[in-house]
Amino acid sequence: MNNFHTSKGRPSWILWIVIIAVIVSAPTILPVFRLNLLGRYLSLAIVALGVDLIWGFTGLLSLGQGIFFALGGYCAAMYLQLNSSGDFPNGIPEFFGLYGIKKLPFFWEPFHSSLFTVVAIWLIPAAVAALLGFLVFRNRIKGVYFSILTQAALLVFFNFFNGQQKLINGTNGLKTDVTLIFGQLVGSESIQRWLFWLTALLVIAAWSFSKWVVRGRFGNVLIGIRDDEPRVRFTGYNPTLFKTIIFAIAGGLAGISGALYTVQSGIVSPQFMTVPFSIEMVIWVAVGGRGTLLGAILGAVIINYAKSLISEALPASWMFIQGGLFILVVTALPEGVLGWIQGSGPRNLLSRLGISRYSATYPKLEMNHNQERD
Amino acid sequence: MELILESLFNSVAIGSVLLVAALGLAIVFGLMGVINLAHGELMMVGAYSTYVIQLIFKLPILKPFYDIYILVAIAVAFIVSGVVGILLEQTVIRRLYGSPLETLLATWGVSLILQQFVRSVPLAYATGCVVTVFISLIFGTFVPKHLFQGSKGKLIKAGALSTSAIAGVLTGGLLGSLVSKLSRASARNVDVTAPAWMRGGVDLFGMTFPKTRLLIIVITLVSVVAVSFFLNKSVWGVRIRAVTQNRDMSECLGISTENVDILTFGIGSGLAGVAGVAVSLLGSVGPNVGGNYIVGCFMVVVLGGVGNLLGTVIAAFSIGLMTDLIGAGRLLTIWPSMPQPLASTVDFFSTTSMARVMIFALIVAFLQYRPAGLFPQKGRMVES
Amino acid sequence: MKLSSKIFKGIATAAIATTITACGGTDQSGNFDDSVTVGILHSLSGTMAISESTLVDTEKMAIEEINKAGGVEVNGKNYKIKYIVEDGASDWPTFAEKSKKLIDQDKVPVVFGGWTSASRKAMLPVYESKDAFLFYPIQYEAQECSNNIFYTGATPNQQSEPATEFMYKRSPAAGKPFALVGSDYVFPRTSNTITKEQVKSLGGKVVYEDYLPLGNTEVAPIISKIKRALPNGGTIINTLNGDQNVAFFKQIQDAGITPSNGYYVMSYSIAEEEISTIGPEFLEGHYGAWNYMMSINTPASKKFAKNFQKRWGRDRVVADPQESAYNMVYLWKKAVEKAGTFEDNAVREALVGVTFDAPQGPVKVMPNHHLSQTVRIGEITSDGNFKILEETDGPVLPQAWNQFEPSSKGYACDWTNPRKGERYKL
Repeated sequence: MNNFHTSKGRPSWILWIVIIAVIVSAPTILPVFRLNLLGRYLSLAIVALGVDLIWGFTGLLSLGQGIFFALGGYCAAMYLQLNSSGDFPNGIPEFFGLYGIKKLPFFWEPFHSSLFTVVAIWLIPAAVAALLGFLVFRNRIKGVYFSILTQAALLVFFNFFNGQQKLINGTNGLKTDVTLIFGQLVGSESIQRWLFWLTALLVIAAWSFSKWVVRGRFGNVLIGIRDDEPRVRFTGYNPTLFKTIIFAIAGGLAGISGALYTVQSGIVSPQFMTVPFSIEMVIWVAVGGRGTLLGAILGAVIINYAKSLISEALPASWMFIQGGLFILVVTALPEGVLGWIQGSGPRNLLSRLGISRYSATYPKLEMNHNQERD
Repeated sequence: MELILESLFNSVAIGSVLLVAALGLAIVFGLMGVINLAHGELMMVGAYSTYVIQLIFKLPILKPFYDIYILVAIAVAFIVSGVVGILLEQTVIRRLYGSPLETLLATWGVSLILQQFVRSVPLAYATGCVVTVFISLIFGTFVPKHLFQGSKGKLIKAGALSTSAIAGVLTGGLLGSLVSKLSRASARNVDVTAPAWMRGGVDLFGMTFPKTRLLIIVITLVSVVAVSFFLNKSVWGVRIRAVTQNRDMSECLGISTENVDILTFGIGSGLAGVAGVAVSLLGSVGPNVGGNYIVGCFMVVVLGGVGNLLGTVIAAFSIGLMTDLIGAGRLLTIWPSMPQPLASTVDFFSTTSMARVMIFALIVAFLQYRPAGLFPQKGRMVES
Repeated sequence: MKLSSKIFKGIATAAIATTITACGGTDQSGNFDDSVTVGILHSLSGTMAISESTLVDTEKMAIEEINKAGGVEVNGKNYKIKYIVEDGASDWPTFAEKSKKLIDQDKVPVVFGGWTSASRKAMLPVYESKDAFLFYPIQYEAQECSNNIFYTGATPNQQSEPATEFMYKRSPAAGKPFALVGSDYVFPRTSNTITKEQVKSLGGKVVYEDYLPLGNTEVAPIISKIKRALPNGGTIINTLNGDQNVAFFKQIQDAGITPSNGYYVMSYSIAEEEISTIGPEFLEGHYGAWNYMMSINTPASKKFAKNFQKRWGRDRVVADPQESAYNMVYLWKKAVEKAGTFEDNAVREALVGVTFDAPQGPVKVMPNHHLSQTVRIGEITSDGNFKILEETDGPVLPQAWNQFEPSSKGYACDWTNPRKGERYKL
């Protein structure tokens, strides 16, 4: 676990060219449906990066990232709805008519502006995250308490969005497929293709940004907080500030991710704020390898692809597989697949097979329960 | 007067469901520091046990005793959930002591598997599985250890294993052939019907008190008293508390911390099973029944402060009271001439959905004031 | 304790094996020239699986029946119907995703799917933007009329409006005030908006309205509010969802909200399937309104119930949503044969005017893509069936746009006339 911040050398230019070539050509190779799936799963990689920043690097396990994800999605969807509601009665989105609302609720107004929306998509989730984080961290609430409180916050937001039909269409959510952007339907193939490219670009940008965040002294403080918070505090740092900032960053990333996911799946709804979805985000990172940014991206994309393939073939077995994956990763591969490969995993395996005896002081000796009565 | 009485009863009724559900969680969390996200699913196991017991008591032989099946169900649910919990502790949680976040994720995985398990496996076979585990646990615990270590140890072990497996298969087969409803897997919710003497209400002070609610209050009361008696008076209770306070020292003094862990987790899980019986009386029994309660339970534990039974009790009843005050819009009834902006705010929150929002918000606000809950744990270990 | 881990592994393997075998499709061979693959999209996992799996069973049965009778005949060729079942997982975005998959990848000519209104609302833009074809089988709140969807469930004027009128005028609670209770999502909200308008125009009063969040089964506050709002009894219109009904009916009985005390519940989501889950002892004396009820005493209805039980088990029941799902498969088959092609635009055009002798009686597809259906009001009996109290003389025409709700009053929908379309002024 000690080589998180020492990257294994920059990917060579050749690798970059391959990645770019794949991204550019993907729309011509993949059928529309699979391309759309890939685009959506790539956008989930961005929220996974955020989870990795707060959990993998800072040790804060948030079970409420769905809040920020959904907020980003709602921002995007509100803009799109307003952008194409000119023909409807009163010039407001169609669903208001169902509940007899004639005047746009006040908080919709700024979303007429595309500039505001582009900022709001990441700023609003980040601000909410900062506020929530500050209130929690200020009181030194941490560990599982933090997890439980984020989960409770998630439910608060879920209930609120779910119950407010007249403000944001409640359970139904907001649809984006039949709205217009640049004069074209968002659900149309050409826009979806552009969105795919935009997503790929933003994943790379988010990855570079996250790398930059965790590389310098800031990143070192984060890791310090994760490993021994009191010591960081005694050294004169203010962990609350750092934790709040990183939580806000993760919130912002989640917002961007949610917006991209929404426009590519065609709907944002309170379902994004259900408990299982937010926990799934954590498991993508756990499987990919927490503390390895690439692991978060790969975890998000691969697990979701597997989910969609498996649930097509055997709908009922996905729950077993997912549950088993949780247990397996946590008990057998605590650093995830990528962390296992990068770390001492392969060597350990060899030593298990009896080729050489590997000894380490970490993980802790007292956690070793192998000396069971037998 | 009637209004206050009704409100009080409702608060206690809601609070006692929360309390009985949160009690096991509070024990496991407070004493072992383990966050068990599968707690809701252990409740589900208890609820399904009630259903199975109910069907068994409908068989001709046991028909005369049908009226008391619910009492049997409480005992059975406690044992079954306890057994499942011990299995869970032995296979998964044991490996993760000292890392609560990992435990949290692993138990979530367990909860998914348990949910799908009751959907895809006929209940008769599930019962068989539980019987197998139960008997093998008995072998592991009560048969003297040296028997397993001698020259014939392997043979005895194999014998124990096959005995429990055969017992499980027999139970599963017998149940499946006797009760056709248990022989097919079904994702459909099932229903537990209270015996006739427990349906309807009791009329007192010009009001109707539902009998099932009264029974749940009694179950909760008994559970709380039994748990606090066990923890404070019994030998094992003292050991459990000793291990909680200082694990290494307790071990040095000869307490088997491993057995303490099993016992604590088993009791916590068993209480979840009892909560499952209570919940099955209120609604339908399905794979998601536990998930509906789990976050509420966590709120009770967090609000009450970890490792303090009194805190848990007070937290559960105050959440019950708030649910009733806010959700039923009582503030407006009590104070009808409330000034306008306040009145419309109260009205806005007086639906069940918004009451939940309000209660969670209030809890978060309260934690600003007292971060460690109503009754914080004292001492230096809070920081570690 | 290695013993227990072994047992655990064994259990898991057994469970997975069971699942895999359970999911194998059925395949009968016969004499067919070719085959056509249709899509079935319902929740097989999650909270809605309980209800939606019954529709999958019925749709499979209908397809098997058609195949047994020679399949679909198009231009003299016999086509066997095959199906792909997708899991909507009780999650609305997943319904949209799986729809895209069925349309783009599997290229199915028609999808039979959905249950909750939220899932339909999520699917609608997919079908509209891809100009594809969806059959939706559940009674719903209407206020919607898509060229790409055919709705075989009841519109409010075929279920909730006659029911409200019955409760206010002819039930034992006639003239008494109304309380509305529902789950917190689109169908209850919209349906109750309509009911409120209708009660107002009947001259009655709605004294209480509340919604329970999905997944919450704590109904104690709602019950005490109902008792306070209706101290002398009255009508409770219930639009709760799934397992919330169980909690509701169990606890209102304990609290004394019973027919003998003057409280009558009219439910729009309680059919035979739900009655058997909740237990008739909790529901006896309350009401329901449907197009189909299992107790309808006609040969067609009895045959439908008998075939279903033969196929899926003796203890199973059939209910309105299943009948509606059954009808849509047959209607599609008839329309394909009428159009002479599987091409979905042509089939949709041919569908309007198609009639079918359904288990409930004759139904006909109207220009607004809904069915004309018979409306029945029944009282729940102690054996878990409906005693039919009232029945319309013939099929009632569907209204896609509600005539009580001011925002849609005076509008209608007609897809046969390009100048009228989704919403035009009468």
